[in-house]
Amino acid sequence: MRIKLLLVTLLFSLASVPAFAFQPIKHWQTSQGGQVYFVASPGLPMVDMRLVFDAGSVRDGKHHGIASLTNSLLETGAGQWNVDQIAQRFDAVGAEYSSAADQDTSWVGLRSLTQADLLEQALSTFEKIISQPRFEQDQFQRIKQQTLIGLKQQQEQPGFIAEKTFYKSIYGEHPYAHLVVGEIKTLQKMSLSDIQQFYQQYYVRNNAVLAIVGDLTEQQAQQMAETLFKQLKQGAKAKPVPHVSLPAKASQEHINFPSTQTHVLAGLPALRRKDVDYFPLYVGNHILGGSGLVSLLFNEIREKRGLAYSAYSYFMPLEELGPFTMGLQTQNKQSAMAIELMQKTLADFIHLGPTQEQLIAAQKNLTGGFVLRFDSNKKLLDYVAMIAFYQLPLDYLDSFPDKVSQVTVDEIKSVFQRRVNTDLLQIISVGGQE
Amino acid sequence: MIVRLFILLFYSFSIHAAEVQERVLTNGLKVLVKEEHRSPVVVSQIWYKVGSSYEPSGITGISHMLEHMMFKGTDNYPAGKFSEIIAENGGRENAFTGRDYTAYFQTLEKSRLAISFELEADRMRNLHLLAEELDKELQVVMEERRMRTEDNPRAKLQEYLMAMAYFSSPYKNPVIGWPSDIENYQLADLQQWYQQWYAPNNATLVVAGDVQAEEVFKLAEQYFGAIPSEKIKTLKPQPEIEQVGVRRMTVKLPAEVPYILMAYKVPSLKTVDQEWEAYALDVLAAVLDGGDSSRLPARLQRGQQIASSVGVGYDLGARLEELFMFEATPVKGKTLLDMEIALKSEIRELQRETMSAKELARVKAQVMADSVYEQDSLFYQGMKLGMAETVGLGWQKSEQYREKINQVTAEQVRLVADKYLLESQLSIAYLEPQSMRANTTAGVNHAH
Repeated sequence: MRIKLLLVTLLFSLASVPAFAFQPIKHWQTSQGGQVYFVASPGLPMVDMRLVFDAGSVRDGKHHGIASLTNSLLETGAGQWNVDQIAQRFDAVGAEYSSAADQDTSWVGLRSLTQADLLEQALSTFEKIISQPRFEQDQFQRIKQQTLIGLKQQQEQPGFIAEKTFYKSIYGEHPYAHLVVGEIKTLQKMSLSDIQQFYQQYYVRNNAVLAIVGDLTEQQAQQMAETLFKQLKQGAKAKPVPHVSLPAKASQEHINFPSTQTHVLAGLPALRRKDVDYFPLYVGNHILGGSGLVSLLFNEIREKRGLAYSAYSYFMPLEELGPFTMGLQTQNKQSAMAIELMQKTLADFIHLGPTQEQLIAAQKNLTGGFVLRFDSNKKLLDYVAMIAFYQLPLDYLDSFPDKVSQVTVDEIKSVFQRRVNTDLLQIISVGGQE
Repeated sequence: MIVRLFILLFYSFSIHAAEVQERVLTNGLKVLVKEEHRSPVVVSQIWYKVGSSYEPSGITGISHMLEHMMFKGTDNYPAGKFSEIIAENGGRENAFTGRDYTAYFQTLEKSRLAISFELEADRMRNLHLLAEELDKELQVVMEERRMRTEDNPRAKLQEYLMAMAYFSSPYKNPVIGWPSDIENYQLADLQQWYQQWYAPNNATLVVAGDVQAEEVFKLAEQYFGAIPSEKIKTLKPQPEIEQVGVRRMTVKLPAEVPYILMAYKVPSLKTVDQEWEAYALDVLAAVLDGGDSSRLPARLQRGQQIASSVGVGYDLGARLEELFMFEATPVKGKTLLDMEIALKSEIRELQRETMSAKELARVKAQVMADSVYEQDSLFYQGMKLGMAETVGLGWQKSEQYREKINQVTAEQVRLVADKYLLESQLSIAYLEPQSMRANTTAGVNHAH
């Protein structure tokens, strides 16, 4: 039975040298210097776009949460329309407006049908939102209160407390140290003029990139981008993000919490988006804890011992060193054992490196599943926006399988030893005592 | 303008809709294929007609437990091998269990579909359940329950509400099962559950992606064709007994923020006498909570500013009688009672006044647009077909959805609100937060 399966695999992989090439990413500047990245995706009469500003929580200053709050306020009134009219204008044409902030960016997005009259209404509303937000006092108070209640509710969750403490622990004084949503105290102190100032400084043409994926011609996309960027003030690009210093030494902190499980996070700052060590770290982590049901951490913690439902590790590359994080949740009485096992799995991996077989399996997974990464407009937009914001090469996706295939066992081993220093590991646990 | 808009939308849509193709193998396995050639990817899902609503008391959650054990090996492929092979082929896989179904899926580059078929066909009949694997996996499921429910006050409130709202319907039990049932599963229980429900004539194989339907049917015949069909026991009907008055409960748990759930007994598409009623209930849900311009966000979050968050849930695709559910968090300074009164006042208005043509047009425009957007996801397309087929509606129902919604009138929405959102059919649960602080302290110890 197994032999037959191998035969099937072999036959198919020989027969199908994947002749698939996705549409290339087109990049240009509008007449006023707006950066545009476009992929034509015909087939469905729809378009997805995302305007990304260098205005993440790293720009919060002392107002922790201001990037996120500014971002949520945009749609609460703009130009001649109040919050209800804006909602009605999108809903009436079946358009979906979205917005979010993360550590490095704040973005606004639109999904619309491409039928001219529908798209026109969605786009004109979108343009007003980004260029003429009203920032009214009552809307500001309302959204602030909602955010505060949301934050309070998250205090019910041990996972949230763990995350908040973990970031503080690995980043210390760096602006990556606070959560994007901010804190109750800093939000309470924020005023509307703080918000207006943040918007004026960061929501500007020179601080933005536009990604578009959908059923448009290049000419249509050009026209759309031209109009959109024209609405924004020129402004200036945000200053470089400060460098991250690594924690001075390892530490372990436990927070008592009335829960049946203890949530554990462990890690340290580790990886930039444009990092020379990106691929060995990425492929190495795939083996360690990134490949879902077959990773080493999953195997040691869940499959062999039944200690947790989820056990994982990941790198989140950012402009400056983004976190390497390992995580699990287990009933309180097992937490010490689980933490030890997690540390040992990491230490062994760093010390010994992966086996050749493990590497080959990971490479097969990553290259064989390459096309799954952008099999929808939604996923493709994520990539295009990421490539645009971090200024990655336009052939980033094309070259991905080759870069993965070139990674060696020795490289993974030496890069992990250099970049994931276990003597600096920060471990946070949140849960009940026994 | 709105009217013209619909005609155009409808037209442009009919050009793009891919047809579903169906073949039933002689052993009863139904195979559905939706060709979608936008990228060289295929999704394969196998849906079994079994879920938590099939479970007798004492072994609640066993469908979900069995779903976990399905990754624990056959004689041909021992524990872990399934996932290893899928991973080596660049695939993504997982499984999920609901009230009315258990489903397994793989997403692969299109030429590798046969790998998924071979492995799924193997574990449809050859699962080798081992006591030692069950011991470990029981612990995993207990951890899953702690994570999802025990340490989540809102999830607990929902669990308590379900147990109160339903008396005789199996929907009263949580999908993951009650804790002591989970702790006491025996290998024989799982063996029997597997024998009873995992057979080709109790399953639907859904394939969506860059494939040719005829080739998929051939492959399905090759791998699944030889599996004999089984006699599948007829499920007892277990209808919900009539509710004859409002049910209320207050749940006190360590939490920070109060929360309310209100649930009205309503029919699903499967249980309803007149189909249009279920579609009208679906439109009703969208009028209340479909987009930022819908009534609850517009009036309770923005207008009156009573709710910090608010939402509505209705699953028209349920196999048994369903709940039309409201959930809300009051803003600071408002009580759960204020929230309840505000929600009921919205309901009363829907019962008394027909909504404007504009409001109805908005809902329909969104449904139209969604029917285009959802084609961007292969997985979701497969999911819709699998669900409709597995609850016994037939996959064709999911293809008719857009058209049926388009036929709903404003008066029909008023009628269903008036007929079903009745005080006597209501179950209400309040979450009253108890202090968490007393127990929360921090202690630091530095290693090295």
